[in-house]
This record gives sequence, structure tokens and C-alpha cells, in this order.
Amino acid sequence: MSTMSTKNHAELAGQFNADEQRVDWHDETLWWIRQKRDKAVNQFPEWELLRETGSKIKEHTLSNLANYLEAFEANALANGITVHWAADAKEHNEIVHRIIKRHGVNRMVKSKSMLTEECHLNEYLAENGIEVIDSDLGERIVQLAKEPPSHIVLPCIHKKKEEIGDLFHEHLGTPAGVSDPQILAETARQHLREVFLTRKIALTGVNFAIAETGEFIVCTNEGNADMGAHLSEVHIASMGIEKIIPKREHLGVFLRLLTRSATGQPITTYSSHYKKPRPGQEMHIVIVDNGRSVQLSRKDFRNSLKCIRCGACMNTCPVYRRSGGHSYHNAISGPIGSILAPNLDMEKYADLPFASTLCGSCSNVCPVKIDIHDQLYKWRQVIVKAGYTTKTKSAGMKMMNWTLSSPSIYHVAGKAGRIVMKYAPFAVNNSLNPWYKQRDMPKPPAESFDEWYKKNRGKK
Amino acid sequence: MSREKIVSAIRANQPELTALPDVEPLKAYANKENLLAQFTTIATNIGAKVCEVKNIDEVKTAIQNNFGEGKRIVSTLSELSDIADTKEYLKNLPVELADVELAILRSDLAVAENGGIWITEDQMGQRVLPFITQHLAVIVDAKNIVPTMHDAYSSIGITTQGFGAFIAGPSKTADIEQSLVIGAHGPRSMSLFLLSED
Repeated sequence: MSTMSTKNHAELAGQFNADEQRVDWHDETLWWIRQKRDKAVNQFPEWELLRETGSKIKEHTLSNLANYLEAFEANALANGITVHWAADAKEHNEIVHRIIKRHGVNRMVKSKSMLTEECHLNEYLAENGIEVIDSDLGERIVQLAKEPPSHIVLPCIHKKKEEIGDLFHEHLGTPAGVSDPQILAETARQHLREVFLTRKIALTGVNFAIAETGEFIVCTNEGNADMGAHLSEVHIASMGIEKIIPKREHLGVFLRLLTRSATGQPITTYSSHYKKPRPGQEMHIVIVDNGRSVQLSRKDFRNSLKCIRCGACMNTCPVYRRSGGHSYHNAISGPIGSILAPNLDMEKYADLPFASTLCGSCSNVCPVKIDIHDQLYKWRQVIVKAGYTTKTKSAGMKMMNWTLSSPSIYHVAGKAGRIVMKYAPFAVNNSLNPWYKQRDMPKPPAESFDEWYKKNRGKK
Repeated sequence: MSREKIVSAIRANQPELTALPDVEPLKAYANKENLLAQFTTIATNIGAKVCEVKNIDEVKTAIQNNFGEGKRIVSTLSELSDIADTKEYLKNLPVELADVELAILRSDLAVAENGGIWITEDQMGQRVLPFITQHLAVIVDAKNIVPTMHDAYSSIGITTQGFGAFIAGPSKTADIEQSLVIGAHGPRSMSLFLLSED
């Protein structure tokens, strides 16, 4: 389903930027969500203490992760849940496929799980003759459009209601030209209700898994995870190893942080605590590593595993808002995706840490205080050292390094730059300079600060 | 087996043990004033209908005024057996509850800061019921409203029930251009009856 492109972030952002009105609309919509977040969190004097506590709980959990995973497994087994371990995406997909095959069915309903996007589960199952229907409305919409989600919380935030109306007309039989969200959502409700009632197997994601009790928590607003899971005969829940938290009381912290950071809501409509299968039901948990234990070894980057997937860093990011989620060509987009992806494939995602202004807004809103912008900066250095940057960027960096390493070269280069921009602006204002795209070069100053200082202050 | 491989890689790569913080200090910030008004405001904001009642008879009257004849009403409360099915639905398969119009359930805990109620498997009758019903009504004692989620988890502890959920308002989606639509896959409405004995 997700068509992974070989284009880089700048090229894909360029495509998104071709429609300027859409960019403005996308930008404003996400900024509005960021403002809702601010309004929600500013009501609480303890917000910073909440963030700090959430951050420290996650930090502690990562420092004792092996024990917590073992405790979680033991408790889940005692609760009657079958526990599977998958080293990578391939093994995860094979485990899920085996469970489905054992029950002799060829279709499944799935609620939101970014992990299954990361593993490309839907494509894998489709190749094996198994139909998966995504039940979150936004995910169903992008699935009908044969696109990956562009945002982890708001999968079809890039789509206009008219485009959704066209998709529903084509696939779900709504009259042509209908784009009223009420009518479209009602159509999806009827369509998916039929799906929930007829699927024997349901897969859900996991927001939090509790070591102390062996239960897992799934949060939705739509009720789609619960509809799928409670109507199914087999419930499969896929989780990354980093979803563990030590105790149930810690949910008090994370459920307060999650939705207020995500959309400004006080809590999701449903925060469901799954501990034991329903009598007669089978319940499976698939615990997935897929590079996470390697990320845990990277001192500078392991904090990225604290992420609770709220999407606040995307909503606030000036680059994400104007380039769209698909420009990150990774299941998880935006600032957090840009520090997670290079761990999976440094060459393929070498462009992502550069898709940032390093303004730090992402780190400021992160509910678990991940130093996202610092990590973006550090990944750049790792990627350049490993030789994964493009030739023009490397050449530019070398030239910059040479210029900045000597005061006399710097002064000569500065003077030359001012003369060129004054007398021959076309030499820099052309299509060879990517900076000039959508911008004007600034007017060159008459003299450098150094020259001004010598003239005005240097005499004393 | 991938299990040993994964666990040993984690053990080898995890950083030095750090301290687990205490969540207790967060409780001190809670606004404990007028919890009923706090809860009502937030629950109404997230789309629930809040109704203060003195006894179960007032709940019955409200339900009879709002839900007509001929629709399937089920309840876990035996005292509602004259207006709802309180027994037969327990024999149904989950899919056979697809035509339930209204489910009336009981909760022992409500949370002022987010308008949510905590409901356990026993109080649901069947797990799917609070999700599959077209409309949901929940009765909770007004004295059982706690300020924050920290207080909520202190109150519920580590229950041994197989399933439980916080439910805050009717199901909703804003996936289409951020326009709020009430009634996604779960109930189209949620009525909260706050019972205050005087």
C-alpha cells in the first residue's frame, strides 16, 4: 500500500509545495491543533512536573527494560495471553500470518498501529491472499487512496474533504459530489460496522503495556479498536518493546499527557485496559524489536524510545507543516520520525535529520521531554561521518569548513560575497542555488561588522 | 527463538539503572473544589449529556422520555428490569448485540479533570456492550467523582478483572478536515446520570 519513493525529503516537499494554497491550509490546520494543545496544557500548573515525571518513568524503564519485558511476559501468560517475540518486521508479519492461517480465514480487521505500518504488514498479508481492512476512519481513507498515513495521529490530515468524498463515491457508493464530513463519517460507520461484525480476527496496536499486571492499553476516540477486538474470536495486539511501563499507576501520568499533547483533548474517548481474553476468545501479543535494541545502544539517540506517539512534534514543526507527512518517506514522519528512521536504515533516511530548522519547538512540546532537535543535529554529524550525504552537500560543507577555519580566507570570502551580490546578483539568484527557491537573497550589507568596528571603534 | 536474542540484546544495550520517580507529588496540585461542577463542565464539553438525579426512578423517567417503545434496551442493573432486558442479553454472542439501542450501565468512579468514567467487565455485562450500543447511559454516584487520573488509579488499584475502560463521552472522529463528528463506531450519545442521595 505505502509506495516508498526513492526521492528525498526536499524533492518530495517540492512536490507538496507545488500547490501553495494547500500548503497554507495544511500549515494552518496543524498550527490550530498546536494551539489547542497549548490551551489544554496551560490549565495545569503541574504540567512541567507531569512532563518531567513522564520522562523519568520512561528513562527508568529503558534502563531496566529487559526485566520489565520479562515481568510483563510472565504476567500476560498468567492472564491467559499468548506471547510472541519478533526480532524484525519479517518475523512479526510471519507470526501474524501464522495465527490467521491456523484459523483458516483470509480477512482481518485492524485498528491503528504505526508498528504494523513500519512492518508493512498489510502488503505482506495481501501478498499472501489475506485482506486487511483498517478501521480507523483516517486510516481507512488513506487505505482507499492507496497511500500511507501522513501523520501518526491524523492519518489523512493532508486530504481535503472533496477528495475524500470522491474516494467514498468510488468505493463506498456515496452520491458524487458529497463531501459533508457528517455524511461521509456516517457512511464509514455503516460500512465498517459490517466489517466488525463479520471478522473473526482483529489486530490492534498497543499504547502502553504494564509490566506489573501483564495488561495492555489501547486508546481510541472512535471505538474502532474495541469494536474489532470484542467482536473477534482472536485478538492480536502488536507492540514495540518500548511500550512497556512499570506500573498501572503510571498510566495516570501518561494518559494525562497523551491526548492533551496530541489534540488538546483531556483524554481519548476510550482508554481500554485488556488483561485477559474473553472466555472462549484467543488473545495474542507480539512483542517486536525491529531495530529498537540497537537504538537502545546509541547513547545519543536512545531517548527517542521514550516516545508515546502523540504527534505534538509534527503539529508544531515549521518544516512538517509546510512539507507534509509523505515528504518524510517513512511510516513515522516529522521530527520524531527523522530521529527514529536513520537507526533503521542510515543511507535511505540520510536526508531526514536535515529536514529541520533545528528551531527546537519539537523538544519544547514533547510530553516526555525527548531532546528531538539535539538528536537531529547529532544524526547529521553521524550521517556525514558515515558518508551518506549527497555530493553537493558534502562539497558545500567542505568549502564552508575551509572558509570558516581561517580568519583571512573568511574576510576575503565575505568581501567577495558582498561585491558579487551588489554587482552581479544573478550569480547567486539562480536555479542552481536551492536557497533562492521561494526566497529572495537578502541585500548585502555595505561592509562587514569587522570593517565597521575597525572604522568606528578600532581607533580608540 | 527470537526471545532470548531480543532480551539479551536489550540487557547488553540498556543504560545504567536510573531511579523511578514518585507520582504522589502530582496529586497535590489537584483542584478538589466542587468536583461535580468540574466534571459536568468537562463532560459536557466532550459531548456527554449530564443529568443530576436523586434516585433510580428519575433515571427511569428520563429514559422513558428520551427513548421510545420498540427499541432494544439492556442493562446490568437489576432494578431496571421493568424498562430493560437485564438477563437475556447475557446469553447472546457479542455479534447478537448489534441491534441494541441503549445500554444502561453502572460505574463506581468518575474523573473530574477529563469527564471520564471507569467501568469494569462486570459492570458491562458483555465487553462489547458499551461500544456496540447506539446510545450509552451510565449511572454513577456523585460522591465517587475524583479530581485527577492519579486519584483514579489510586482508587481502582490493580483490579483482577479481565477488561476495564475509561470512557469519556460518545465516540467521535475529526479525521475529515478536523470537523468533529459525534458517533464514529461506538455510541452516538452518552448520558451520565449523577446520583446524589440527599
